[in-house]
Amino acid sequence: MMIGSINIAVLLAALMVAATPILLAAIGELVVEKAGVLNLGVEGMMIMGACVGFIVAINTGSPLMGFIGAALGGMALSLLFALLTQALMTNQVASGLALTLFGLGLSALLGQKYVGLTPPRTPKLDLGPLSEIPFFGRALFSHDIMVYLTIALVAAVWWFLKYTRGGMILRAVGENHDAAHALGYHVKRVRVLAIMFGGACAGLGGAYLSLIRVPQWTEGMTVGIGWIALALVVFASWRPWRAMAGAYLFGGIVVLQLNLQAAGVKIPVEYLSMSPYLITIAVLVFISSGKARGSLNAPGSLNRPFHASN
Amino acid sequence: MIWLEKRKEPSKFWRIANPFLAVALTMLAGGIMFAMLGKDPVAAIRLIFFDPIFSETFGSYSRPQLLIKSAPLILIAVGLAIGFKANIWNIGAEGQYIIGALFGAGVALLFFPQPGWYIFPLMVLAGAFGGFLWAMIPAILKTRFNTNEILVSLLLVYVAEKILAAMALGLMRNPDIPGFPGSRDLRRYEAAHNAELFAGSGVHWGVVAAMIAVIFAYAMMKRHMLGYHVQLAGQAPRAARFGGVSPTRLVIICLGISGMLAGLAGMFEVSGPGGQVRIEFASGYGFTAIIVAFLGRLNPIGIVFAGLLLGLTYIGGELSQMMLQLPSASIQVFQGMLLFFLLALDFQTNYRLRLTRGVRT
Repeated sequence: MMIGSINIAVLLAALMVAATPILLAAIGELVVEKAGVLNLGVEGMMIMGACVGFIVAINTGSPLMGFIGAALGGMALSLLFALLTQALMTNQVASGLALTLFGLGLSALLGQKYVGLTPPRTPKLDLGPLSEIPFFGRALFSHDIMVYLTIALVAAVWWFLKYTRGGMILRAVGENHDAAHALGYHVKRVRVLAIMFGGACAGLGGAYLSLIRVPQWTEGMTVGIGWIALALVVFASWRPWRAMAGAYLFGGIVVLQLNLQAAGVKIPVEYLSMSPYLITIAVLVFISSGKARGSLNAPGSLNRPFHASN
Repeated sequence: MIWLEKRKEPSKFWRIANPFLAVALTMLAGGIMFAMLGKDPVAAIRLIFFDPIFSETFGSYSRPQLLIKSAPLILIAVGLAIGFKANIWNIGAEGQYIIGALFGAGVALLFFPQPGWYIFPLMVLAGAFGGFLWAMIPAILKTRFNTNEILVSLLLVYVAEKILAAMALGLMRNPDIPGFPGSRDLRRYEAAHNAELFAGSGVHWGVVAAMIAVIFAYAMMKRHMLGYHVQLAGQAPRAARFGGVSPTRLVIICLGISGMLAGLAGMFEVSGPGGQVRIEFASGYGFTAIIVAFLGRLNPIGIVFAGLLLGLTYIGGELSQMMLQLPSASIQVFQGMLLFFLLALDFQTNYRLRLTRGVRT
């Protein structure tokens, strides 16, 4: 199927690839915020993941090791945030910003010698006859394993939050930490675990950029995707499947915009490439105003510090 | 066991002492980082913090640079601090800085090559207006539609960077040098040049503006009703609302002031030290100013010292890049660490560390 010079199957395939890093970061942050913590350091953790994942993959020759390293890198940075906000009771907004500034600097320092290298290729997952199906085979069933794992992760988070005891405790901590504390749940322990999960997810998202989507390492290569992921969590009203829908919608915009650039539309490239940011803002406005506002359901204790004063 | 006990009142001593302690810890941790990079840590720290001012070889070049680098940081941070006090988070000062520069440069390029005393003042007004306008986007979205100002102001930085690139490549490009991006050099257009007021001092109009902003902000926070409202809204939002402080008005004022000052900083930079509208014009002042605001304890006088210190790290960073081949990113890490240490140390301001034997009752 073609529209003009744009092949729809290829477009859909590219959309899934573009959406994956945003979705990974967003689903991690969603869990963090469900536990009542606002971590604005997504961008910093993502770029650390992109950098560490790239370095590990180059040195071991294995993309899998790269992704593991990226998850650990993002998690390490998130532990710094956990230490500050949970143990030392610092302001979450300021600490998140510090995390982003620090992560951008540290990754640039670590990745210095890796600029211009090519990472080991991540193979496409062999889905046998599925990828032979006309149209859908190309669009949906010809991706690397991370695309599918990300979707599985969304399902797992949804199931965890909705149907498990652990998920219920996490939501209780996020909705009303005083009540959760009174019931005997360990508010801080739950939050630290959630923050670590968020860090690992952001790290994976970053590595997806540097190992598969781009694939290269450059300073500041996340170009605001971490912030877009934060906006996506609001857009999704803290619901996992909506986050996925949002990420795919967003991936579609990015890909369409790139296709228009390639097709040589008469609009200068700079204006086309600002569209993802503008659309994110427009969506934020839409979702947080008017009738939609009632369905926002932000966690009750979001961005409020918890200190048990016996 | 160890636990934290909340102080009845924040400790005044630690509030003042923590920034100094944070700087000392950053030097220590930075030294370790430099050692790990295989550089002499003592030499590196010396090069960053002392040589720009005291060295005989670089001093004459870098001393005026100190004011040139610090002025925009101070100008922006003073505005941000007012908002931060009221819990209004403008973290998109970098974008407002860019748009202010574009507005200022736009006026200059419109008048080129006419002479005229009125051109520079018009540029100042345009720069302030540009920054103000860009900050009004998150402000109005926040007040009208309840949209989060943190995300909107930050996302607008990326939009502003794209506009900057579009201007440097398109509308504002120097028509006399075809094929190259970048506008005319405003330093060569006398009516628009933000020149040094005293040769070799580094003092340009931006430095003067920063001083005026500090004095005004200080007077406002200490003496004016508005300053009181800002502090009240930050510390006790409910009380502020009952006391008749309009949150809408406060958002508009805080974002408006900080946007205006960031726009001014951009305008003074593009017409002076920066010289022209280029793709690489933005150098992160808007983000570093966030650190300056916190390090200065959100206090205008404190911000002057914090701004000078971080201005110093910019110059020291350039020096250490030249002399020790230290990577340019290490200064960014340095600045990030500084904010981390400061935030971490601040727990002593609000909490007291307690040690007891056995289980607490």
